[in-house]
Amino acid sequence: MSDASQPRFDRSCKRFQGIGAVSQTRRTTLGVFTALPFAGAFHGRADASPALLDVAAYPALDQILRDTRPRWQSIAPGFDIRLVAREFGDHHSALTAAMAARKGLPDLMAVEFGFLARFAASGALADLSSLPGLEQLSAGIVPYAIAQCRLAGGLFALPVDIGPGVSFLRADLLDRARLTEQQLLSSWEGFVEAGRMLRAANGPYLLPHARDLKDAIIRSAIEPGHGLYFDAMGRPRLDSERFRLAFRLARAVRVNDLDARVSAWSNDWAEGLRRGRIATLLMGAWFGGHLANWLAPATAGRWRTGELPGGARASWGGSFYAISANSPRREQAWAMLKLLAGDPSLQLDAFRRHDAFPALRTAHQDPFFDEALPFFGGQQARRLWRDMALAIPPVAVHRLDPLADEIVNAELDRVLLRGKDPERAIEDAARVLERRAQRLRT
Amino acid sequence: MTAQVQLVEPHAERVRPTLLDRLRGRDPAFAPWLFLAPFLVLFAVFGVYPIIFSLFMSLHDWDPVRGLGSARFVGLDNYWFVLSDEWFHQSLISTAWLAIASGIPQHLVAIPLACFIDSRLRRTRDLLAALYFLPYVTSTVAIAIMFTALLSRDFGMVNLLLEAVARIPLLGSLLPAGPIDWLNDPDRIRPAVSMVVFWRFVGFNTLLYLAALQGIPRELYEAARLDGASAWQRFWYVTLPMLRPVAFFAVTLSIIGGMQLFEEPFVLSGGRGGPDQAVMTTAIYLYRSAFEFSDFGAASAMSWILVLLMAVLSALVTKWLGNRGER
Repeated sequence: MSDASQPRFDRSCKRFQGIGAVSQTRRTTLGVFTALPFAGAFHGRADASPALLDVAAYPALDQILRDTRPRWQSIAPGFDIRLVAREFGDHHSALTAAMAARKGLPDLMAVEFGFLARFAASGALADLSSLPGLEQLSAGIVPYAIAQCRLAGGLFALPVDIGPGVSFLRADLLDRARLTEQQLLSSWEGFVEAGRMLRAANGPYLLPHARDLKDAIIRSAIEPGHGLYFDAMGRPRLDSERFRLAFRLARAVRVNDLDARVSAWSNDWAEGLRRGRIATLLMGAWFGGHLANWLAPATAGRWRTGELPGGARASWGGSFYAISANSPRREQAWAMLKLLAGDPSLQLDAFRRHDAFPALRTAHQDPFFDEALPFFGGQQARRLWRDMALAIPPVAVHRLDPLADEIVNAELDRVLLRGKDPERAIEDAARVLERRAQRLRT
Repeated sequence: MTAQVQLVEPHAERVRPTLLDRLRGRDPAFAPWLFLAPFLVLFAVFGVYPIIFSLFMSLHDWDPVRGLGSARFVGLDNYWFVLSDEWFHQSLISTAWLAIASGIPQHLVAIPLACFIDSRLRRTRDLLAALYFLPYVTSTVAIAIMFTALLSRDFGMVNLLLEAVARIPLLGSLLPAGPIDWLNDPDRIRPAVSMVVFWRFVGFNTLLYLAALQGIPRELYEAARLDGASAWQRFWYVTLPMLRPVAFFAVTLSIIGGMQLFEEPFVLSGGRGGPDQAVMTTAIYLYRSAFEFSDFGAASAMSWILVLLMAVLSALVTKWLGNRGER
């Protein structure tokens, strides 16, 4: 592709990121401070270019935006995209810096699920509720994903891709242990029990890490209106059965040596998947593409995919786009957002090329979803994932979810590594979260 | 004493220079400020302003995404919270552990190494100094990624090497039976991170000591030799006392660097501080508090407490090393 066909990819542009947000280091902290006096200057420079729409994104959304350019030019001729692409962490740190300065936010910005509540509560994002065509557009989106964008009576973003939680299983390893999918996926307890049979006689590990099981369990069976860690009123709620079950079973996994003790995306994790040392994964459906395309293509035909154990419905992340409340180009930003969130062919293209599972239900009707996937032994995996996505209940997001996540993981580490009692660990996590939430409740 | 003669032009009028004159450099008194201006402006913006702002933030409750207008004055609340925070205590312990385990060996190795290079390898001294300095100028992230691969439990070179060593009779009994989980075991990740930090900075310290050794007058060694001093006595009674000013400087740098340790543990632990927060240094916790947990007030308070700790430690080092030479 020639340069002319690419949006202006301005890596050196510090318009909205401040000086210090170049990498995810301490310099980022300095960036926020230094961004304050300068953000206005960067903003002023950008305002001098009315024919540019500033869009900020992280991989692989940046590539999808590049692919979108021809379509965008047919909608808004003469209005180009100025893409500011950063790595995932840097992207969100830069948005934080711009929100702190209250100046220099891009017109349209990608926001990952984990940052959605925090950014939506900032007042820096435009409420999309009253924009023309929203009702029709949101009706076509997977219900749970659009529900995640509704906060404090407003709608602050729209989803472009989602992560319905599914399981990935190594069929050959299950066969060797004379286990069926049904045995593995009937219930959470059955899943762990099947793991014991897998490991017997030095077989493969059930999971990469016991933490993965905890993450899957706490994401399922969430009370209606509640979030992962907070209830509908925003109060910390760790005293539910899903946390007790999650901690108890995670400890059982560790005590019985059922997990490989490797963190996701590490070298050992990737090699474990390639070499058949790990038998199952609980992850978002988007992971199927990664597994097939670059992580373990040589294992084609040996994997199967299914529901989460016990028929649990859960969501793993997702990408959203939001418009800056102060954008002088709100009309164009909305047009772009409608294109990204509402064009089924665009989302299908992103799914084909970048494994971004479409949030748009009309995209799910494409014959592409009915194809049998050789990597999954001829399963119609996409159709299965689509059906599961439609059944996921909405889960509220909270701006302190990342903090709660760290608190719960820290206590789980103590259970897994120091033998702490799970009940006590949950109590301690609840106490720490309550204290922090109290402090940060403004 | 000679008499001073002052030449005064009787009709010279003192004309006050205009601002334009000053900017054109026609006012000699103003010229130095002009030369200093680029530094002063940059220092004010990137040095002074962030410091003042962080002090301001440490007295406020502020979620940055809500804008500066949302900052609420809370007095010393952030400091009380941080001082009673279990995670902060844990982070201080982790920081101290890593700083000591990586810092002390740096100097214990760098001093003899510099002496050896200076006395025995004079011809290749510059080349060796450059090689030892290489880790210091290499990207920290690249180093940490490389060590992540080397320290991999199942496929890392370090464990493969240990496995090979374990096959040697007698040595095998000294090593653990299975592969060591360097990065996922809280008791192993600290030594692993310390090793990386040591590897990175030992060359820098060696270079400092090597430069200092070259400044020691050779006559002192000749005199000591004539007095019958052994090699060890020359090292102990000549070299070490003469190295004290540089040792003071290097140890102070190590303390400050150790207290600010961030990149190596951050990358080696995947940005989370490791299992059971074993390598979540105060700098990492500070960063995460601000950018992940939306608590800039506590993060700023932590940074000031850290500054205070560094000042106290530096003062102790000054008392221990810095003043000895004056006695």
